[in-house]
Amino acid sequence: MEAASVPATVERAGTKAKQRRSTGQGTPWWLWVAVFAIVVFCLFPFYWLLNTSLKTGPDLSTSALLPPSPTLDNYQSIFNDSNFTTALKNSAIVALVTTALSLIVGSFCAYALARLRMRRKFLILAIVLSISTFPQIAIAAPIFKLWRDVGLYDTIPGLVIPYLTFALPLTIYILTSFFKEIPRDLEEAALVDGATNFEAFRKVVVPLAAPGLATAGILTFIAAWNEFLLAITLTSSTSARTVPAAIAFFTGSTQFEQPLGTISAASVVISIPLILLVLFFQKRIVAGLTAGAVKG
Amino acid sequence: MVSPSLVLIALVALYPIIYAVWLSLHQYSLIEAGLTRWAEPSSPFGNYTEALWGADSSQFWTATRITFTFTIVSVFFELVIGLAMAMAMHAAFKGQGILRTVILVPWAVLTVVTAITWQTIFEPELGFVNTMLGAVGLPSNTVWLGEEPQALIVMIIADVWKTAPFMALLILAGLQVIPGEIYEAGKVDGASAWQRFQKLTLPLLMPAILVALIFRTLDALRIFDLPWVLTKGAHGTETLSLISYQTFQQNRLVGEGSALAVLTFVIVMAVSFLYIRFIGGNLRTMAEE
Repeated sequence: MEAASVPATVERAGTKAKQRRSTGQGTPWWLWVAVFAIVVFCLFPFYWLLNTSLKTGPDLSTSALLPPSPTLDNYQSIFNDSNFTTALKNSAIVALVTTALSLIVGSFCAYALARLRMRRKFLILAIVLSISTFPQIAIAAPIFKLWRDVGLYDTIPGLVIPYLTFALPLTIYILTSFFKEIPRDLEEAALVDGATNFEAFRKVVVPLAAPGLATAGILTFIAAWNEFLLAITLTSSTSARTVPAAIAFFTGSTQFEQPLGTISAASVVISIPLILLVLFFQKRIVAGLTAGAVKG
Repeated sequence: MVSPSLVLIALVALYPIIYAVWLSLHQYSLIEAGLTRWAEPSSPFGNYTEALWGADSSQFWTATRITFTFTIVSVFFELVIGLAMAMAMHAAFKGQGILRTVILVPWAVLTVVTAITWQTIFEPELGFVNTMLGAVGLPSNTVWLGEEPQALIVMIIADVWKTAPFMALLILAGLQVIPGEIYEAGKVDGASAWQRFQKLTLPLLMPAILVALIFRTLDALRIFDLPWVLTKGAHGTETLSLISYQTFQQNRLVGEGSALAVLTFVIVMAVSFLYIRFIGGNLRTMAEE
């Protein structure tokens, strides 16, 4: 590692994070082994799932590395299953609404935390952060009871509202660290020109914070898409059930069918949006995940 | 500008918690559809004393043991593997972008899908693991998810697969802000590669590692979806969140279930409090900058 981690040229003007290193020269063989191992470690299990999803009938009881007679039957059968397609629609609605709401509300809060002179800023950030560590189970039981009493049980708003408990802290945390990076001078100029705090926020900060908003939005969307405990606790029918919950209750189209193939196909399908997000927004996601983590 | 968020958070998070505490002090069963104050006024904490010392208290203690075993073992392996991955990614400058994308795949895959994936891999007859074991002549008839402690091991492997990459990304970010000159100096002073790692890299990485550890530990302590999909909590995989869920949802005992949920909450909060005291400084600088 020594040869690689030391920059060849010592002059590195300022840009610490993106050190340009000499290319290729001295990459030891074991590094390639390590890289290969990482790729296999990360991708093979998912490949196995894909492999299983392309098998039907007797093929399902073989463990060949490649499906003996690959078929898209499982995919066809899940898309013909209204339980699955409704769940897909529910998931999309729940995740998008949760993301939109927490971006709108959270950006105000994050801005204030990043910029305004406020007492108890630390306390507020600590409370927000500690909410995000709440075990979901502690709110699942009371909300279950509460929703049944007020009629929100098994509805989409009934999922979106409790999802804000993890979505809002996540958004606030990421946005606070992004807002801080925006130079203050620009807003101050706007304030001098007679803009109010809110106008400075809306016309100057928000456009500049677009990358931060995108990052927070992507991470919130993924978290909401992924949520499982509340989804199975607060729904009882297909009317509001999201995909993770639907998959957990999945059985084959007939009682005797081995549902492994269809479950695998469904699992692949619901992973696709997330994998696309990762492919297109890798940089944004990494920036969001590491926001505030390396400032010590 | 802060108040809308705080009001919302209070409504959707704090209120339910308080309500959970209230429920946990009552006896309530959805089957009998009636709410009654805990029978004897002498024991207002009946649900708690039952859970902690009652006839079925072993359920709570077993779940606590399993939850902590799972958390400690999986977070340990995630840290080691994540650190190794981060070092390799940091050193491999060619194709680092591709590596990062690859590494994000397990992170992005839903936990439910992670569980299903590992179910297919550990499937007794057609799974990859038993096939491979059979191919090299080892016993290949283990019903991985049907035995103790194998089921917990599968659960740990699945969790490590899903979250070691997250650890790696946080640590990589930490590695990238360490100035290269430090290593140059270390080399000039004649420090070996291991010494440089131990005396320079690790201490400088500490903030990033601590943050990663906190996130992961708190996540692991409340794990629910993985055991639920893998085994429904059978064969030694019943975590605290899982037994609370089963009590209030499947057995319809809202009071008892809430008590277990509140106990889970208290445990997670206690651990996070310890951690935040530990890295409170970091958070404070972030808030005050």
